[in-house]
Amino acid sequence: MDLEREFEQTVAADHRVEPRDWMPDGYRATLVRQIAQHAHSEIIGMQPEGNWISRAPSLRRKAILLAKVQDEAGHGLYLYAAAETLGADREELTEKLIAGRQKYSSIFNYPTLTYADVGVIGWLVDGAAICNQVPLCRTSYGPYARAMIRVCKEESFHQRQGYELLMTMMSGTEQQRALVQESVDRWWWPSLMMFGPPDAESSNTEQSMLWRIKRHTNDELRQRFVDMSVPQAAKLGVTLPDPHLVWNAERGHHDFGEIDWTEFWQVVKGAGPCNAQRVEHRRKAHEDGAWVREAATAYARKKEQAA
Amino acid sequence: MDNAYDGLTDAGEEKHWAFGTGFTAALAGVGRDIPAVDRDSLTAYCLMLGDDALVYSQRLAEWCSRAPELEEDVALANIALDLLGQARLLLSRAAEVEDAGRDEDALAYLRDERQFRNVRLVELDCGPGPGGDFGTTIARLLVFSTWRLAVFQRLVGSADPVLAAVAAKGVKELAYHRDHAAQWVLRLAGGTEYSRERIVAGLDKVWAFTEELFATHPIEAELDGVAVDPAAARAEFDQVIDTVLSAAGLERPRTTQVAALAGQAGRDGIHTEAMGYLLAELQHIARSMPGAVW
Repeated sequence: MDLEREFEQTVAADHRVEPRDWMPDGYRATLVRQIAQHAHSEIIGMQPEGNWISRAPSLRRKAILLAKVQDEAGHGLYLYAAAETLGADREELTEKLIAGRQKYSSIFNYPTLTYADVGVIGWLVDGAAICNQVPLCRTSYGPYARAMIRVCKEESFHQRQGYELLMTMMSGTEQQRALVQESVDRWWWPSLMMFGPPDAESSNTEQSMLWRIKRHTNDELRQRFVDMSVPQAAKLGVTLPDPHLVWNAERGHHDFGEIDWTEFWQVVKGAGPCNAQRVEHRRKAHEDGAWVREAATAYARKKEQAA
Repeated sequence: MDNAYDGLTDAGEEKHWAFGTGFTAALAGVGRDIPAVDRDSLTAYCLMLGDDALVYSQRLAEWCSRAPELEEDVALANIALDLLGQARLLLSRAAEVEDAGRDEDALAYLRDERQFRNVRLVELDCGPGPGGDFGTTIARLLVFSTWRLAVFQRLVGSADPVLAAVAAKGVKELAYHRDHAAQWVLRLAGGTEYSRERIVAGLDKVWAFTEELFATHPIEAELDGVAVDPAAARAEFDQVIDTVLSAAGLERPRTTQVAALAGQAGRDGIHTEAMGYLLAELQHIARSMPGAVW
């Protein structure tokens, strides 16, 4: 049986493709791109929330936030490791990120302006990430699927912590409730954009669905997220900033307003509020640490030679 | 698996589910008896040990997203979390002994600089800020964790059951912190010419604050059997540091010690100029929103 047929049968039967299996070049390239972008998103995503660690308003919140940002570094590590099983190299992927040749989730190009943003990122941004990522636990490439199971468990925990922070703030002062609402107003639309362009304009969706890398379309996942968020917002006592948001009994889903795709493409193309800042922060950390990595490599080499 | 978020809206009336259920408190089952010593002194001693951990944790967390390698981002955050955990237990104990209606957050966020009793070593900017770099950071981690481990090993026998339990938990954490620092001292000293320069410069900088670590404070002397006299930890500290430095082929630094001010230093609330900025950042939201709940 030829290799390509074997691959197609594996994927069609919902079995996992493993690192040593034959796979089409396009499949490998698509996965490297997607996993690298995902890893970069975890690492860049440390910045907006990391911005508040030093100022967290209680010691319990500080511990929760620091642990969460640490988890993101851990997720980045598993994902770079999954990409390395496909022949990619972490150092090279980082160079591509810094050079602007590989992307990360655009949501992290928005600024965190108040402590409420820590909660709203947990609730909405991690919530949207979970909608996107839970299906990836069954994605066709084995190492990616297995990494995603662990990532999703931790993301789900983060989402609850974020929501719990917001619940607590809503039970506090008038000023705190206003901060939560203002933050929801800023993050709601960018969160909906996290699912990517509408299906009609999504260039990668069709092939990725066929290869079972992707299991649902952008619009399906976006709808699921909206349906999930509406009752949570009601319970929290905040208003989602969309006058067109309404239950449609016929569809069994919420209808919602038109996303500002001009803004979406603007941020994707690099002109968001924080694109330059986020990449510069990562570049600086990478370059400032170069001498430390060189020292570790040199030391390991000397040890090896001595042995 | 498709509904990892099921139940999120129906979590019942449990308001704090994040850490609310299914977790055992760090000191579950430990007696809370307060030994028959002066309460103000015991409160102050808990603050000394707690403030060391809190302020150092604040400094270490500055590395988060700025470390030379992802593994190091994880490791330094982990050490900062361990110390934050120690700080919370110790500040809570201080509040309990003080019995004046304050809690860990009132102590962390609403005290002024002069009321903080940490040693000055922990408040210095040793990087990633302009005051240092990864070499200085590792040098401080080696000095601090070697010192604190030697103190905590003795604190395990404290007549205060809470301090003894905090120490018993802490020695495991600190042994890992010390090992992590020692491994990096070896790598930096034996890596490249430049990395060797950086660790030597880092050790020189932090060494200036070591004498303060071993100066017996009157409160430590008074709380015999409850507190540890840090002078008693000196021999072990010297031995461990000499072992690490000799394995790394480094000399012990001979930096001039930074003087106390009229005999007073960190333990008495006399700090360096860096401390005010650190507290301003740590305390700003909590102080600017009185009455808020977090």
